[in-house]
Amino acid sequence: MTTAPPRLTEPPSPPQRARSEPAAGVPGRGRRTTWIVRALGTAAVVTTAATVWLGLWVTPPDQTQGDLVRLVYLHPPIAWVALYLAFGTAAVSSLLWLWPRTRSPFWDRVAVASVEVGTVYTVLTLVTGSVWGRPTWGVWWVWDARLTSTALLLVMLLGYMALRRVPADPDTRARRCAVVALVAAADVPIVHFSVNWWRTLHQSASVLNADLSPTIHGAMAWTLLLGFGAVTLLFAWMLAIRYRIEVLSEHVRQGEIDAALSERRAEGEAVDPDRDRGRSS
Amino acid sequence: MWRDSALVAGKDLRIELRSRVVLHQVAPVAVLVLLLFAFALGPDRATTVRAAAGVFWVAVLFATVLAVQRSFAVEASEGTRDGLRLAGLDPAGVFLGKAAAIAAELVVLEVLLAVGVVWLYGAHVRSVGPLVVAGAAGTVGLAAAGTLYGALAAGLRVRETLLPFLLLPVVAPVVVAGTRAWQAALGTGAGGAWDPWVVLLIVFAAVYLSIGVLLFGQLQESS
Repeated sequence: MTTAPPRLTEPPSPPQRARSEPAAGVPGRGRRTTWIVRALGTAAVVTTAATVWLGLWVTPPDQTQGDLVRLVYLHPPIAWVALYLAFGTAAVSSLLWLWPRTRSPFWDRVAVASVEVGTVYTVLTLVTGSVWGRPTWGVWWVWDARLTSTALLLVMLLGYMALRRVPADPDTRARRCAVVALVAAADVPIVHFSVNWWRTLHQSASVLNADLSPTIHGAMAWTLLLGFGAVTLLFAWMLAIRYRIEVLSEHVRQGEIDAALSERRAEGEAVDPDRDRGRSS
Repeated sequence: MWRDSALVAGKDLRIELRSRVVLHQVAPVAVLVLLLFAFALGPDRATTVRAAAGVFWVAVLFATVLAVQRSFAVEASEGTRDGLRLAGLDPAGVFLGKAAAIAAELVVLEVLLAVGVVWLYGAHVRSVGPLVVAGAAGTVGLAAAGTLYGALAAGLRVRETLLPFLLLPVVAPVVVAGTRAWQAALGTGAGGAWDPWVVLLIVFAAVYLSIGVLLFGQLQESS
């Protein structure tokens, strides 16, 4: 992108000025959007704090699992965001990008934001599940259907981000990434079924049955519901912030390109034959 | 679309027949995987018999990555991709042609590997039907997914490392289903081969063939 025009014979001066110049015209967020994001953040923090308080102090320990059951307020909500919400958002926005009528950079930014935030949630799902599994099942990891498909999903998300880092012009990159997201979305159900049959044909019931016993204490049910709300709000907030980062980094990139271009152009205009001779001697 | 795919497949297979890269380089590597797994699992006969089906599919998977890389490497230097596009070939036809060529190469490799599994690992073939059908469906699925990702990674500087990273997790169901179907056919696993494993392999192949037919044009545009 920043190749110099061929008529230049001398090396361009390092673009120091471009960096120090104040970024003129940073794309501002509308006042209403700013307020919505702030409200989202406040709601996320408040509900998370409430979940922590209810989960750690108010709700009773479980009869069989003891205090371990408190992970139920955290692990299933995080897994729901990672496996359904984040991944679903990424798939739908990729599809909307590929669809010619709805193609806009907006959907590409939403896709990359939800993939990145979703990766964090997928890692958290695996970590919290593993921490829960060690004391209840005695092992950090079992080749359970859900664990295995979550791990594969994580690798696919990492692949998406690796592809994202490959330098390309924005349109090409968005197209490639959208295709990868859609292919992965088509793959996830197949992975799920294959791993599910892979396990269940060999082992009896899934070990994860203890997740949600049908008889759940009233306070526990409400805390769990609140946990789902809190983690979902947190996801939405992080998504909005990540979207903003994407907009700003695109702006910085564009600003650097523009600065470099105008610098070269100025140099090209300044270099007249007499000065060129004087400088080289 | 069909005529274009036959042309592209013919081109790729003719290049392979003249250069013999897949036969002389990829096939030995695939057989080497069999040997390495035998070293890793130990010389015990019972172990190798039980592992035969899984090792076969892992070897096929590695061979797929190499075959896909080869299939797109031959097009890189002479600007063949631009040529194909300028020639007005249907993108779906190009996709199907390249996938068919890769599948044909994989079938040759699989026959070789199956002989190797029987010969080196001491596997006994109980029923040929599910073995062949699972092999064919798995091959079509691998070739379709491989072609899709091969085209995606083709123009990139990091293609050698990116392709396995993107492709291997996606084709994991083929390993699971292919292994189970083959275990049933070799008499080393529980359950039947057809349901659900061969069905799953067929669904996988159908899904990736249709994604490729629909999206390959987008990928061709992008590089």
